[in-house]
Amino acid sequence: MSAFLEISRLGIAFNRAAPPVLREVDLKIDKGEYIAVIGHSGCGKSTMLNVVAGLLPATVGGVVLDGAEVREPGPDRAVVFQNHSLLPWLTCYENIRLAVDQVFGRAMSKAERHDWTMKNLERVHMTHARDRRPGEVSGGMKQRIGIGRALAMKPKVLLLDEPFGALDALTRAHLQDEVMQIHAELGTTVMMITHDVDEAVLLSDRIVMLTNGPNATVGEVLTVPLPRPRDRLALATDPRFLEARQAVLSFLHERHKNPALKAA
Amino acid sequence: MTAIERKPVAVAPATTSSPGPSMMPKANRLKPFLDAVVPPAVVVLLLLVVWQIAFSGPNATLPPPSKVWADSSELILNPFFDNGGLDKGLGLHLFASLQRVALGFLLAAVAGIALGLLIGTSELAMRGLDPVFQVLRTVPPLAWLPISLAAFRDAQPSAIFVIFITSIWPIIINTAVGVRNVPQDYRNVARVIRLRGPKYFLKIVLPAAAPYIFTGLRIGVGLSWLAIVAAEMLIGGVGIGFFIWDAWNSSNLSDIVVALVYVGVVGFVLDRLVAFVGRLATRGTATA
Repeated sequence: MSAFLEISRLGIAFNRAAPPVLREVDLKIDKGEYIAVIGHSGCGKSTMLNVVAGLLPATVGGVVLDGAEVREPGPDRAVVFQNHSLLPWLTCYENIRLAVDQVFGRAMSKAERHDWTMKNLERVHMTHARDRRPGEVSGGMKQRIGIGRALAMKPKVLLLDEPFGALDALTRAHLQDEVMQIHAELGTTVMMITHDVDEAVLLSDRIVMLTNGPNATVGEVLTVPLPRPRDRLALATDPRFLEARQAVLSFLHERHKNPALKAA
Repeated sequence: MTAIERKPVAVAPATTSSPGPSMMPKANRLKPFLDAVVPPAVVVLLLLVVWQIAFSGPNATLPPPSKVWADSSELILNPFFDNGGLDKGLGLHLFASLQRVALGFLLAAVAGIALGLLIGTSELAMRGLDPVFQVLRTVPPLAWLPISLAAFRDAQPSAIFVIFITSIWPIIINTAVGVRNVPQDYRNVARVIRLRGPKYFLKIVLPAAAPYIFTGLRIGVGLSWLAIVAAEMLIGGVGIGFFIWDAWNSSNLSDIVVALVYVGVVGFVLDRLVAFVGRLATRGTATA
């Protein structure tokens, strides 16, 4: 049986002379699985996500989602961008509505599209700010709208590109909990890029660790044996959580040290 | 894991002794207004005093403010008189100039935005047109006047053409830059939701370029106003430029001073007007 999302022998080179950014990346993701991809900055994590999204072409190898090869971007692989990427001239509601109109313009009536937009605003707890523009809400709220917009596309796989990287620790924790809850409710397949070890362990079923670039590839895949639903407070002292955390930390800081630090 | 509870709405303070804004003393409410008005008023007053002292001697070449007021208070107090012919109030002269600017600038805005969008989107159009524009835009406004007089054989359309050709360049260039600089983030969003063709243009490119377009329009309206005064000096007829030239020919220096103040104020208002429209149209995303 083939996987729901399969990355096979993926290699990406931006220029022929330089060594490739990524090579021989193989990954199989099951439906409903939550995968975190972790690695030092510059290892090609975001590049990998962009290929799955279809925003970048693969140099060799490829990506197959639900039996179809990924050739171009599309709403079945909704992306939550690191810097939220909301359109500043549209309100929070209109940002989601634009995606809904575009994706379900034919499938839904106008009233249905309105209801679906509101439903997704509600899901990310942003109904109160529906008529505000991105410039008028906080960073955490912007990222909520970004997540709401992605979910509104009913994606087969949700791609999160360091979605909480720019947020303060408390807001990040709130949003992580919300994403966990949404994942539990909808059973969406998620691929998340992160550089936060705790976040990776807390949220994901498996953690994909990349070696340092260039020529980065999958170094190790760690299965997180924690049952869901997970509670961040209880996990803080759970030996299984600490063990998983330790495993990722030792991969990142012993066996594959940050190349930038090594040079210094 | 439970749902994230909504944060409580701002809790009222235990004691409500602090007065609300409506109960603030009058002086406090006036403060922002005074802060904005008092410093420029003081500067203007100082300038008037310096001017009065500097040009009060018997050999002064220019009139001091007191003489300007004595000679031209009629012009200041009654801007809309009309004694027939060219003997009209400053308001009417300004109105004639503004009409020319409005028409020329409007045409420049339409053509400039259209051309800017074209060279912003099409690499080929840019390669062909950009060098031509770069050369033409350095031609001084008045240098266009003889050739347009020859072409139109009439003063009115020639003046409008000079406005048009002066203000169109910054509009074209800024629009093109805006279109070319649509942030990659917005393009990615459009690609993910498969927004393409005219819809992509309308929903992403145009709004993203709008702040740039309005920057171009603002520069353009400023240049139009600079050009119209010079052009009207040459073409004659009703208009603030001709009024100044006419006053010079009849040695009415006080009238010229008054007219200059009016020209400055109107130019300032035009600039602010375009900036204001820009803020409305870009829904606050313009930084200008």
